[in-house]
Amino acid sequence: MAGIPHDHYEPKTGGEKWLHSRLPIVGLLYDTIMIPTPKNLNWMWIWGIVLTFCLVLQIITGVILVMHYTPHADMAFASVEHIMRNVNGGHFLRYLHQNGASLFFVAVYAHIFRGLYYGSYKAPREVTWIIGMLIYLCMMGTAFMGYVLPWGQMSFWGATVITGLFGAIPFIGEPIQTWLLGGPAVDNATLNRFFSLHYLLPFVIAGLVAVHIWAFHTTGNNNPTGVEVRRGSKAEAEKDTVPFWPYYVIKDLFALALIMAVFFAIVGFMPNYLGHPDNYIEANPLATPAHIVPEWYFLPFYAILRAFTSDVWLVQLASFVTGGIIDAKFFGVLAMFGAIIVMAMAPWLDTSSVRSGRYRPMFKWWFWLLVIDFFALMWLGAMPAEEPYASLSLVASAYWFAYFLVILPLLGVIEKPLAQPDTIEADFDAHYPPKDDAKGAPAPTPAE
Amino acid sequence: MGFTAGLTPHSNGANLVSHAEDHEGTRRDFLYYAAGGAGVVTTGAAVWPLINQMNPSADVRALSTIRVDVSGVSPGTQITVKWLGKPVFIRHRTEEEIQAAAEQDERFSAGESVIDPAARNANLPDPTAPATDANRTLTSPEGQPSEAWMVQMGVCTHLGCVPLGNAGDFGGWFCPCHGSHYDLAGRIRKGPAPQNLPVPPAEWVDDSTILLG
Repeated sequence: MAGIPHDHYEPKTGGEKWLHSRLPIVGLLYDTIMIPTPKNLNWMWIWGIVLTFCLVLQIITGVILVMHYTPHADMAFASVEHIMRNVNGGHFLRYLHQNGASLFFVAVYAHIFRGLYYGSYKAPREVTWIIGMLIYLCMMGTAFMGYVLPWGQMSFWGATVITGLFGAIPFIGEPIQTWLLGGPAVDNATLNRFFSLHYLLPFVIAGLVAVHIWAFHTTGNNNPTGVEVRRGSKAEAEKDTVPFWPYYVIKDLFALALIMAVFFAIVGFMPNYLGHPDNYIEANPLATPAHIVPEWYFLPFYAILRAFTSDVWLVQLASFVTGGIIDAKFFGVLAMFGAIIVMAMAPWLDTSSVRSGRYRPMFKWWFWLLVIDFFALMWLGAMPAEEPYASLSLVASAYWFAYFLVILPLLGVIEKPLAQPDTIEADFDAHYPPKDDAKGAPAPTPAE
Repeated sequence: MGFTAGLTPHSNGANLVSHAEDHEGTRRDFLYYAAGGAGVVTTGAAVWPLINQMNPSADVRALSTIRVDVSGVSPGTQITVKWLGKPVFIRHRTEEEIQAAAEQDERFSAGESVIDPAARNANLPDPTAPATDANRTLTSPEGQPSEAWMVQMGVCTHLGCVPLGNAGDFGGWFCPCHGSHYDLAGRIRKGPAPQNLPVPPAEWVDDSTILLG
């Protein structure tokens, strides 16, 4: 797909020409920052910048924390306390890193649901969507391994439960679990490798983010109407777009400032609100905390993991068909990973030709039900495994799968979408009528 | 002959690799397969050490058997030792407990609240033999009453929590995480856990030392 027509970087001085003919890096940066961006993006399009900020924040604070942290089962807990009590400003840096993970997930969930509502995953942006899902998986892996590093009770038992998921794989599960842990149980070998990978994965994420941006800069951004930017000529494209710099940079930084105000209030005044007190008790392999609960951002998928117990007919059917190879434990693991896989498959499961949920009257209801379902699962994941939560978890998990596997494919067939605007410009002018002197709103230029 | 014949049609350089249209195997095809196979084997040999390094190291493997001195474990007490990174409960029963366990055993054998009928004892020739008290306990050293020693893993078979001793509806162990009740012989009698607490390989080295593993 051809990019949106726009001005490209032209080296002017001798020095610029010299560099450009050898390494066109200034041109690459110019074209990236000046990318024509639909001029009707709403506030749900700020999360990309927030996420980029989070990645940078986590890498910087993380690199600093490593200067004071000791990855050894006997010393890790004490070294984190050393950071909290002795290192200059250490408590604040650690709280930034700890709550930075939460902000990261707030932003990524908002970003994902934005994509689901406005059909950002649909052609031609499937690759952007898939790469985004890979980033999300890497984020979960990084967050999980990072949570193990302080070597508190929740660190230890969370690691035990989550690596136990791999033990549920038939036949090869136990060797895989032993291989992951480096021993029969979570111990120093586990802590060391998690530390290594926790340091590595953010840089993998950074690489994936570059590819993610490359992909949607190739297709152009989606926008709230879901109507593509006109690409017939540069003049036409400029009626639908504004350059990313300075327009969206300023807007996104304003949004980021507001989010930072809330974030720093949490870091400063209630830094442990989202954590578990049990993690301030050093890991003890001989005593389990009464309730093992993952961090809030894992709760929806944890609820799906626990929902499929051996008394569910679907689990019994799977067990019967496979001759007992798929038991309840393994079924839960498959369901948890399946919940993310069906979301990644959304571009091929959604049959509607209309991109934006704004023009899909039936889709809207099902979408908002999915949002409620997500929060319900998050709440249920924190509840003990007993009635009525077990049944509710099952219903909520079933809806998650039904949305992607049944509702999205069917809606495209039975739904009658509303009329979409012809162009982004038309929609924009309908919301913000052009001034009387304007002849179709002159294309803004960055110099103004 | 085969070599030149295989090469000639592609001598314009446009299709040097694919020989899909050559149905008879040429010497060049053989070389492709041989080189490809050697490449796969070499890659595998190079990657395997990078994977294998994550398996348990020699010092971890060396701890797979331990000796436990139980001379200080008087009747009515229990110790928890760490073996393979997991807790092992070693309980020395009193005469009354042996009596109570025998009564429970009768009811269990009669089929009362049986969840897992198998002994899960690694020391038996058949670990799935019936979970009688005799099949669950460690054979006592000479001069001590039989069924006086219980050795079992302290890991709930539900989700891996550590059960509490002297607790639960059956006076044995109780898992606080999701409410599994184990009886005096470590058999699951009530709650979500699917199996009895497993009995690890254990034997007496002398009258006061147990070898685990």
